[in-house]
Amino acid sequence: MTCAEAEIMLHSLLDGELDAGHAFEVETHLTTCPRCAAQLRAYRELQQAMPAAQLRFAAPMSLRRRIEAAQPSPAARVSSRRSVLKGFAMGSALSAAVAATLVVAVIRTDQDQRALGDALSAHLRSLQGEHLTDVQTSDQHTVKPWFNGRLDLAPPVVDLTAQGFRLIGGRLDYIDGRAVAAIVYRRRTHVINLFIAPAAASERSGAKIEKVQGFNIRRWNADGLEFWAVSDIDAEELQEFGAKFEAGLHEAGRT
Amino acid sequence: MMLARPQRLTLVAASKPESKAPGNASVDDDDKARRFRDAALPHLDDVYTLARYMLRNAADAEDAVQECYLRALRHFDTYRGPTMKPWLFAILRNVCRSEFLRRSGVALTIDGRAEEDDDAVPLWQEAPLSPEADMLRQWDAETIRRLVAELPDLFREAIVLREINDLSYSEIADVVGVPIGTVMSRLARARALLRRAWMAEEGART
Repeated sequence: MTCAEAEIMLHSLLDGELDAGHAFEVETHLTTCPRCAAQLRAYRELQQAMPAAQLRFAAPMSLRRRIEAAQPSPAARVSSRRSVLKGFAMGSALSAAVAATLVVAVIRTDQDQRALGDALSAHLRSLQGEHLTDVQTSDQHTVKPWFNGRLDLAPPVVDLTAQGFRLIGGRLDYIDGRAVAAIVYRRRTHVINLFIAPAAASERSGAKIEKVQGFNIRRWNADGLEFWAVSDIDAEELQEFGAKFEAGLHEAGRT
Repeated sequence: MMLARPQRLTLVAASKPESKAPGNASVDDDDKARRFRDAALPHLDDVYTLARYMLRNAADAEDAVQECYLRALRHFDTYRGPTMKPWLFAILRNVCRSEFLRRSGVALTIDGRAEEDDDAVPLWQEAPLSPEADMLRQWDAETIRRLVAELPDLFREAIVLREINDLSYSEIADVVGVPIGTVMSRLARARALLRRAWMAEEGART
């Protein structure tokens, strides 16, 4: 191998792109050529001095919102459905009343389903990228203020480390086109995303666990907020998580 | 060549936007949009990072990324892998090339026109006399970003895709649309230039 070849190939060696045979050839050349060996050292040093994590940029939240907003809007679907049902309701006052309740029912379940799907999507996204948390800490008093100015609600954050659910941080996410708080917990190796959004209805509703694509989602309302806990842990454990969270919240409210 | 080529990215040329009445979004569209979000949004920071380095300007980068995601959704039906990130990068690169650089009147060296200048960059300069002088200073992230940003387009692109976006050579070759051999020589020259700028930075500060 000539120096001219080695000068190019040593970068492939550095990047782990050479097969064993070629790596051997380059390495053999390097043992006999101090000039090329010096280059490998220098470029390895350069590579190590470039911490990729610090050189990356985080997309601004406004950009993330604009991209989300540019997607086909689920809201458009609801309104079109509503107008179809309104047409139905023109017949008589009675059928109008019936249709009205029907509309509410349809829209409710529609929204519920979409929110569930969105919660699962947000959970999956959080596991895929390197974006599980925006603020990473096990301290509930750090997570909660982080949302100040980022959301129009103050999400309750409960430390459940002692109960076996370790708080690892929080981030902003989107459900049903709204920005929501995501509080992230870990149970052994499993991640639990707890999404919190202002509730559409103020009534308190009991917890419901649903299974979607193999994931469990526990959903409940309290104090004007809506909660979705999403994880791949089994339903009983997720139920335990939700109950402990609610109990912790209740306790915090009393003191 | 010793490097195996993966299947090529299936990137179709951008066609005119389909105009669709907003009220007629079907269940399929919603489902498609959701699948797209799940697949593409985790890479938003990556795509934005590449845009920042390529366009060297936050506002242009935001516009380019937004356009990139619009085009990607439009062509999501034709996306067949292999992986999402290089696919998005290839679209972003087209956006940067076809629209932004032209609109802002910036010269299009990214097109490969600078190829003949490649050889003008010496690969290696003899090490200075003392081994200590050969050591690289550790610069802060801000300085490194600037040094990278000052590299010529083709070399900057190669090194950002490799070091910061963590693509393999074959992925870079697909994104940029050149043979792997060209990726290798560009990377070698990019590092040579960066190392030189890196060492010159110290001189500039003292």
